[in-house]
Amino acid sequence: MHVAVLSGFVFSLAAIWIARIGKLRGWLFALLPLALTAYFLSFAPRIADGDAIIHTLEWVPSLDIALSFHLDGLSWVFALLVSGIGFFVFVYAGDYFGNDPLVGRFYAYILIFMASMLGLVLADNLIALFIFWELTSFSSYLLIGFKHEDEAARKAALQALLVTGGGGLALMAGLILLGLAGGTFEISALLAGESVTDHAHYVPIALLVMLGAFTKSAQVPFHFWLPGAMTAPSPVSAYLHSATMVKAGVYLLARLSPVLGGTDLWHTALAAVGGATMLTGAYLSLRHTDLKRILAYSTISALGTLVFLQGVESPLAAQAAMVFLIVHSLYKGALFLIAGIIEHETGTRDVTALGGLGRMMPLVAVAAALAALSMAGIPPFFGFVGKELLYETTLDALEVPGLFTAVAVVSNIILVAVAALVFFRPFTGRLTDTPKQPHPVPVGMWLGPAALGVGSLLAGLLVASVGDTFIAPAVAAIAEDAAEVHLALWHGINPMLILSVITVLAGIAVYRYRHLYSRIADRIDPGERLSPAHWYARGLDLLNAVARLQTRVLQHGYLRIYLMVIHLVLVGLVGLTLVTHWDGAALPRGDDVGIVEATLVAIIAVAMLYVLRARSRLAAVVALGVVGYGVALIFMIYGAPDLAMTQFSIETLTVILMVLILYRLPPFARFSTRLQRRRDAVVAVSVGALITVLVLLASAVETQSLLTPFFAENSYTEAQGRNIVNVILVDFRGGDTMGEITVLAVAAFGVIALLKLKPLRQPRVDLTSSVEGETEEETEALGVVEEVI
Amino acid sequence: MSQLDNRPKGASLILLTATRYLVPVLFLFSFFVLIRGHNEPGGGFVGGLIAASAFALYAIARGLEGARQLLRVPTQTLIGVGLLIAFGSGLVGVLYGRPFLTGIWNAVPLPVVGKIGTPGIFDIGVFLTVLGVALQIVFGLMEED
Repeated sequence: MHVAVLSGFVFSLAAIWIARIGKLRGWLFALLPLALTAYFLSFAPRIADGDAIIHTLEWVPSLDIALSFHLDGLSWVFALLVSGIGFFVFVYAGDYFGNDPLVGRFYAYILIFMASMLGLVLADNLIALFIFWELTSFSSYLLIGFKHEDEAARKAALQALLVTGGGGLALMAGLILLGLAGGTFEISALLAGESVTDHAHYVPIALLVMLGAFTKSAQVPFHFWLPGAMTAPSPVSAYLHSATMVKAGVYLLARLSPVLGGTDLWHTALAAVGGATMLTGAYLSLRHTDLKRILAYSTISALGTLVFLQGVESPLAAQAAMVFLIVHSLYKGALFLIAGIIEHETGTRDVTALGGLGRMMPLVAVAAALAALSMAGIPPFFGFVGKELLYETTLDALEVPGLFTAVAVVSNIILVAVAALVFFRPFTGRLTDTPKQPHPVPVGMWLGPAALGVGSLLAGLLVASVGDTFIAPAVAAIAEDAAEVHLALWHGINPMLILSVITVLAGIAVYRYRHLYSRIADRIDPGERLSPAHWYARGLDLLNAVARLQTRVLQHGYLRIYLMVIHLVLVGLVGLTLVTHWDGAALPRGDDVGIVEATLVAIIAVAMLYVLRARSRLAAVVALGVVGYGVALIFMIYGAPDLAMTQFSIETLTVILMVLILYRLPPFARFSTRLQRRRDAVVAVSVGALITVLVLLASAVETQSLLTPFFAENSYTEAQGRNIVNVILVDFRGGDTMGEITVLAVAAFGVIALLKLKPLRQPRVDLTSSVEGETEEETEALGVVEEVI
Repeated sequence: MSQLDNRPKGASLILLTATRYLVPVLFLFSFFVLIRGHNEPGGGFVGGLIAASAFALYAIARGLEGARQLLRVPTQTLIGVGLLIAFGSGLVGVLYGRPFLTGIWNAVPLPVVGKIGTPGIFDIGVFLTVLGVALQIVFGLMEED
């Protein structure tokens, strides 16, 4: 199962080259989801027996994180949706992108998404689930911003990432708390164990998990990112933003409901938020004329329905949710793909500008009709079964059946009108003039919508076996006390059927009089001010303003002031601690200083004084080099040859670099006033005095280091080397060195960027300091190692 | 004397002649420092810096283009290859089922070279990265605007 999940990541690395094979690339890529679908279908008998398959691979055993996958009824249905719809989307995208040079990149991203989504629904470890969760947000970001030259696409991508990523942070906190409360990070163990609803942290856990799920599944008030995400190419909208990724929140709630559910908080929050989303999405979907936006808002409404159903207290709720999940994935996937075809062929997505396409693309029109009929809930389509179950659940609810039913009926009436709108407007009536002339649709593009549309019909006709095969195992995984699954098309004349008839008739009426609907909506619409998107924009502006202000204050760009602040803080804090903690210990008198040391110190001091008085830069640099060599010699005397060698090399290179830079500077001049120089002298002398006192005090204390004997003993036996410094650098603390050379590499590219960008003012003075800072850091790192020894 | 003819304008003859003998010695020394680092003072970091000084010297004497030709590969490539080697040496441990960067050594010492282990390869990566970084900065600064 690990291979199945991770294969997408591997193929994504090779996608750019695979995409070069030409026109058939879509079919070639689609082989992977096809194979995955077959693989997951092969589990059907075991799933039907109620088996759960668990595969585990150690990942970070020290943190109790395992890469374990868990296939039960619920994850099986999701895995099949991901791989099955993935197949059609992959085929479709091959023709949708044609010979777009970026097609390889598209497949790379969408393969990452597919693999992450499979990982998400199959993960048995909370941490692994979270990582896959974030990976889906990340791949969604890349895919929404696929047309990266378009500013709107970049903005929408960022918006989606910030909203879902923010929710992701809450989710991470919630999952970690949940793991601690439940005593395990394995979901299967959590499900088998006690419910955590009585735990002291239950309320924060539930709220944080919900926040994660609500942002991901575009629930009110976080729904606004989803319509923005419609700037993505249509295959992405069909796959990520209607059929799979946005259902991740729904999956998470269903997955964890045996552990977290059953409380008043859970039911109230899910029913309220889901219900509000259901209504808001439906209301807004009929307010738009862009085909994809219409579909996006109706998707929000559907996601609301799915969350709402998990909040309703009824034995039928889990069943209704699972049926509606499949219903929606089938018809909405088809409709999004059709929207993509329409845009591809005509160059517009505005329903008011479209018409009569049925004659130009009859097969697509049939597929659209099938999908729209399922969406409207007309028998014998699967959508009808879904709607009946929804009504039955709300009528049966323990909470407020009247209110719930009313919300469900109103939302569905509008959705029937939407279904009519997305079919009748583009496909019937007179053919209109469009930016592009429609031509025959290639097979790869109509295959997906047709298959999904036919699937909506077949699932309705074969409803009993669909119920046994797909719905029953999933429901068993969600809820133990759920009613048995017996799906049927015809239940006789009952309240649900009457509600269905009312819904369809009222929906047609709304469609017929949609101008009236718009006029009423214009009246009551609260407008921009209340919309969360508006507040998101305001929040983002505020964040940027604060960041700018902070940068102006803290990062003014004057190195001398940075240095002064750093040194003053050092003197202030360390000096204060030193004074308050002084235990009267006497400083060593330095009787053991020999002639060699004294001479060296004298050389350094003289060179330093020369630097201060120098009237030429070159002389100052050379004198600084003398200081550096003097320090290196001191290292040498005190038995740190590695450090001394490094110091020598660094000094040499620094002098070369400095000379190269000085060569470009204007003639020597003094810019500071006498007063400023005195101030600097005071700062410098106080830092020097402080460090001197500290070093003397520190060397007076006899410390018993545990590290020195450890490294001395183990250096040769464990790491086969006698030079302890080097063994530490390349073996014991190799990870640190890896990090350091990476930092160095990044710094080198930063330097090049600075040089090539040619800033207008003060170009190279700042630059050297940063280079020097880097090398000094390295020397210091070595110094620390030496000190350890 | 053809080599001396294409020297940069105003380059000192003494420097030029000294460079001819110094640069090979410096290269040898940098490799020596790199290899002996495991048991005696030295290592990839210092070695890389010494090699960088050699190139810097060459560049000052013979001009930037000459130094670039001597290096043959772009400095960016050097940095990338160095990082990859260091990272790859860490992966060897993973292949043996041990944590990333665990040192793996050949069990029987080979004649002449002795024991070879991934930390040594790691150090070569450090050497190349440091060399590349230092040269990238030196060359970048030497470039004429």
